[in-house]
Amino acid sequence: MITDLYVRGDTVVHRTHPGVKLLLLLVLSTIVFVIDTWPVLALATAFVFVGYWLAHLKPGHAWRALRPVLIIFAILFLAQLYLADVWLATYVVLRFAVLILAATLLTLTTKVSELVDGLMAGLAYAPAWVPREKIALAIAMTIRFIPRLRDQFHDIRDAQRARGLDRSIVALLVPLVVRTLKDADDIARAIEARSID
Amino acid sequence: METRDIVYIALFAAIVAALALFPPIWLPVIGVPITAQSMGAMLAGGVLGAKRGSLALALFVLLVALGLPLLSGGRGGFGVFFGPTAGYIFGWIVAAFVIGYLTERFWDRLNIFTAALICIVGGVVVLYAIGVPWSAVVAKVSVMQALTGSAPFIPGDILKAVISALVIVTVKRSYPLLGSRSAA
Repeated sequence: MITDLYVRGDTVVHRTHPGVKLLLLLVLSTIVFVIDTWPVLALATAFVFVGYWLAHLKPGHAWRALRPVLIIFAILFLAQLYLADVWLATYVVLRFAVLILAATLLTLTTKVSELVDGLMAGLAYAPAWVPREKIALAIAMTIRFIPRLRDQFHDIRDAQRARGLDRSIVALLVPLVVRTLKDADDIARAIEARSID
Repeated sequence: METRDIVYIALFAAIVAALALFPPIWLPVIGVPITAQSMGAMLAGGVLGAKRGSLALALFVLLVALGLPLLSGGRGGFGVFFGPTAGYIFGWIVAAFVIGYLTERFWDRLNIFTAALICIVGGVVVLYAIGVPWSAVVAKVSVMQALTGSAPFIPGDILKAVISALVIVTVKRSYPLLGSRSAA
């Protein structure tokens, strides 16, 4: 299985409908970009802090979301410091941090299955030319096959290591792709045999 | 779109996720990590073609947005799309389309050189044409400054284009999906 980023909980933030959370996130990010001022950013920061507090999340959760982008933040801060001043540098980095934290709040408090269900419910209102069943099939199949692809990757790497080829990216990728394409043909036949399409 | 096309799209989205398992390579001299995952767009376009390739990447991006930690380093969720480099993630969809379109056009003349050139056009030129202005706008810097910031990654991306071209040409030999005889 693939683990998602969801943090179990039963708070008001967890219980809020995923669609509402998504809408709030879109409104927040739009406002922060359109009304590009310090008071608005401060308000957004406070809003996100309250969200984390209400969701009973620990500072570690926020830290984990920001850690991968810290180097980019540092480069950006120094560049703005050189090009403009310390205020603009702080503003730009803080705006990124707040938006990333707001979006992560949605991810941490909403199960992937809730979002997939929400997406499917939303697709019911989509125009008729949207191939809803095919989108649903593709999403389900990818989620099912990611762990299997990871296993195959490890198998192929072990096999190529025995040949002394595990340092060659091409020797790892070609079997992975060819094997997957062959599997895809079998899977397509299996689906057609069950008359799903 | 037949069932087979849906399966190709879904499984290639899973391949892009599996590429996150490749350990990052550190380029000497320049000192930036190059990750295998951005080869996903090149491989999807070059193997599946424009339509299926770009849909595979769109599906991958959708799953990341839904909260699965599929990007290299285990990143995922909506937060990814608010960072300074989000343009590159959306750019993968366009890059896969361009690479797929060019691969279909030059299918009969596809060799390591044309394939590498195609991957550089789609996976470097087009991708940076989306990613660089995006970072410039959200990070409040000029396009030239954003380009300077991304420049250290260009050699790594060209290397990835060459590796992808090798894979695309080899896969074409053993399992061709494009071209007239095996047109889907």
